[in-house]
Amino acid sequence: MQRTGAQIVWEVLTREGVDTIFGYPGGAILPTYDAMVDYPIHHVLVRHEQGASHMADGYARATGKVGCCIATSGPGATNLITGLATAMLDSTPVVAITGQVGSKAIGTDAFQETDVTGVSMPVTKHNYLVTDVRELAQVLREAFHVARSGRPGPVLVDIAKDVQQATTEFEWDDRPIRLRGHRPRAQALNESMSRALELIKAARRPVILAGHGIILSGAYNEVREFAEKTNTPVALTLLGISAFPRSHPLCLGPMGMHGEAYVNQAIQESDLLLAFGMRFDDRVTGTIKTYAPHARKIHIDIDPTEINKNIKVDVAIISDLKAALERLNPHLEAGDHSEWIARIQEWAEDTHARDIIRNAPTSERLLSPHVVHDLWKATSGNAITVSDVGQHQMYEMQYYSHDRPKTLITSGGLGTMGFALPAAIGVKMGMPDEEVWVVAGDGGFQMTMAELATAVQENLDLKIAIVNNSFLGMVRQWQEFFYDKRYAATPLFNPDFTKIAGAYGIPAFLVDNREDVIPTIEKARQTPGVVLIEFRVEMEEVVYPMIPPGSSLAEMIRRPKNGEGTTEVSDEMKQAGIGAASV
Amino acid sequence: MKHILVALVENKPGVLARVAGLFRRRNFNIDSLTVGTTEDPSVSRMTMVIDSTATDASAVERNLYKLINVLYVQDVTNEPSVIRDLAMVKVSAGPENRGEILQLVDIYKARIVDVGQQTMIVELTASPSKVDQFVQLLEPFGVREMVRTGLIAMKRGDEPMFQEETDEHARGEWRVLNTN
Repeated sequence: MQRTGAQIVWEVLTREGVDTIFGYPGGAILPTYDAMVDYPIHHVLVRHEQGASHMADGYARATGKVGCCIATSGPGATNLITGLATAMLDSTPVVAITGQVGSKAIGTDAFQETDVTGVSMPVTKHNYLVTDVRELAQVLREAFHVARSGRPGPVLVDIAKDVQQATTEFEWDDRPIRLRGHRPRAQALNESMSRALELIKAARRPVILAGHGIILSGAYNEVREFAEKTNTPVALTLLGISAFPRSHPLCLGPMGMHGEAYVNQAIQESDLLLAFGMRFDDRVTGTIKTYAPHARKIHIDIDPTEINKNIKVDVAIISDLKAALERLNPHLEAGDHSEWIARIQEWAEDTHARDIIRNAPTSERLLSPHVVHDLWKATSGNAITVSDVGQHQMYEMQYYSHDRPKTLITSGGLGTMGFALPAAIGVKMGMPDEEVWVVAGDGGFQMTMAELATAVQENLDLKIAIVNNSFLGMVRQWQEFFYDKRYAATPLFNPDFTKIAGAYGIPAFLVDNREDVIPTIEKARQTPGVVLIEFRVEMEEVVYPMIPPGSSLAEMIRRPKNGEGTTEVSDEMKQAGIGAASV
Repeated sequence: MKHILVALVENKPGVLARVAGLFRRRNFNIDSLTVGTTEDPSVSRMTMVIDSTATDASAVERNLYKLINVLYVQDVTNEPSVIRDLAMVKVSAGPENRGEILQLVDIYKARIVDVGQQTMIVELTASPSKVDQFVQLLEPFGVREMVRTGLIAMKRGDEPMFQEETDEHARGEWRVLNTN
């Protein structure tokens, strides 16, 4: 059948299972927008294209499907970039479609022309510029295939305006895509498998490092089976939160820079690390010179470039995690590491003795950990929380206990402030029956709060918790520890967030003491539609524990015990914090 | 140590930019990179020389594979292969020097491809170290201009360099197993 390029876009997208797309129209993409009206696609009109790419990302993370966004050429396309970079670092399957100026005008600095394939090259898994309508259908199919196969990632398709207008014969080709240069595989070598089994059998102090790959691969049951069969404790990366039930007796909790001290201690003392779909990011390893010095390492990852990138490993299994564990699990022998686990529990006692929830049930000022903890309590731990970036994100990691997969959505690798609200809109669009909470700081929220209008326009039942300390809290914390409390550009003037909400017709509440936290959350849950709660918290809180950047996992800045004493940041740590090569 | 990687890539616009962008982004240092056509018009061939003291050649190889347009990569450093570099040198060659230069050209099996009043262009195709020596020997006469293509390599023997079912992932796993 004859179709225009614009129609082909929707012919392919609907066949690829896309029912929702996030976008913003403009000149170079207008033909495609015009054709959209005739297809069963729900278009979400964003207020800034960055929102569109975050929404597509959030949608993809929550549903496991490919998220889709669309924008015009030039500024429309460049506004997508932060969202694409976010999706790239967190391996989210996203397809972004952008209009480009007419193919004859490319290279002439035409109005709203940007070399978008050039600009997006380093932040996409792959991208395409389409200047011939006969290639369009195949390119779009490839884009979806590349986005979701192997290690997922964002793919951008830039379509010249005349291609959208041109007509060609369209026939749906449903044979599986086979690309000569893209051959992700699922099968690891038998030799790697047997070597891994030997190490597992010999281990006395094993720890599983559970990463995002578990979620991307859908390997929850397999990881659980592995952990239970071998009686191996499980430490979580930030994006590994919700990959393994937090309430499981073998779950230790988060690792790394703001992970629990006993978890990091367990990693340092371990004799076998089982890295499941994680990439030894600097935020979880601290300085690699002293990382887990006694441990053999087995790394299972689908991406060969992750092997030996940061940490040299003893066995590499380059495979889809689920497929690898399906092969490993039947050969596992029952392990008994109760002595090892008991030792970790002992270390954990020290952490519990410092725990702020236990030791400071009430305080003069409202504390952020209380807000997150009470949100967990009020939602019975069942909500999908979409967290922004900063201190509240770390509290969310520490204090909201996630048991179900894909229930913490957050920008881990790129640390994109402003991610939470738009991503949550994407999450809610994809999972309309779930209770979805935005948890954002006052800084990050203001970066993308224009998307409140999008949430209202879409009639979403979305709850928003702003943790407001009138500071860029995490940056302030670094200044406190490493820069002699010189608070350069971290105090914030803030609007009255409840009034901002009011302008959009959003019911809003202000909470500044602990007693009101749960009742107000309850009220918000009972109020349909978008509801916003501003929590005014203590201004100068510090996220404990903390490993200064460039320091060893063994050198943590700890929360003072039982509220007594002060936290000393040694000169050495200060130097490490300022001088670290990594940020 | 120098590593020589040969890659087959799709002959499409922007592929060179992707490879160059990858090197820049991952902070890979390369000594030389050549691109040329092959027996298959849809495929180009790249030869890269990497100083492995600064850059892990295996990481380069694996990262290249991640590019969708890259079909095959092989590290031929330890494979029996023919390795060539082409140099053109415009050397000062007044009447008093010509004889001596011609002798060198003869010994190195180079060719004179242009003769001017005061200069000559000498062309040499040889292994990179031989080209180095040759250029060094010409220097006392006065090298006015010099250009080298960068190195290209081809594996010796009847076996094809790249096989359709080459499993790059298996190679990566072996490498880890064998180094431990």
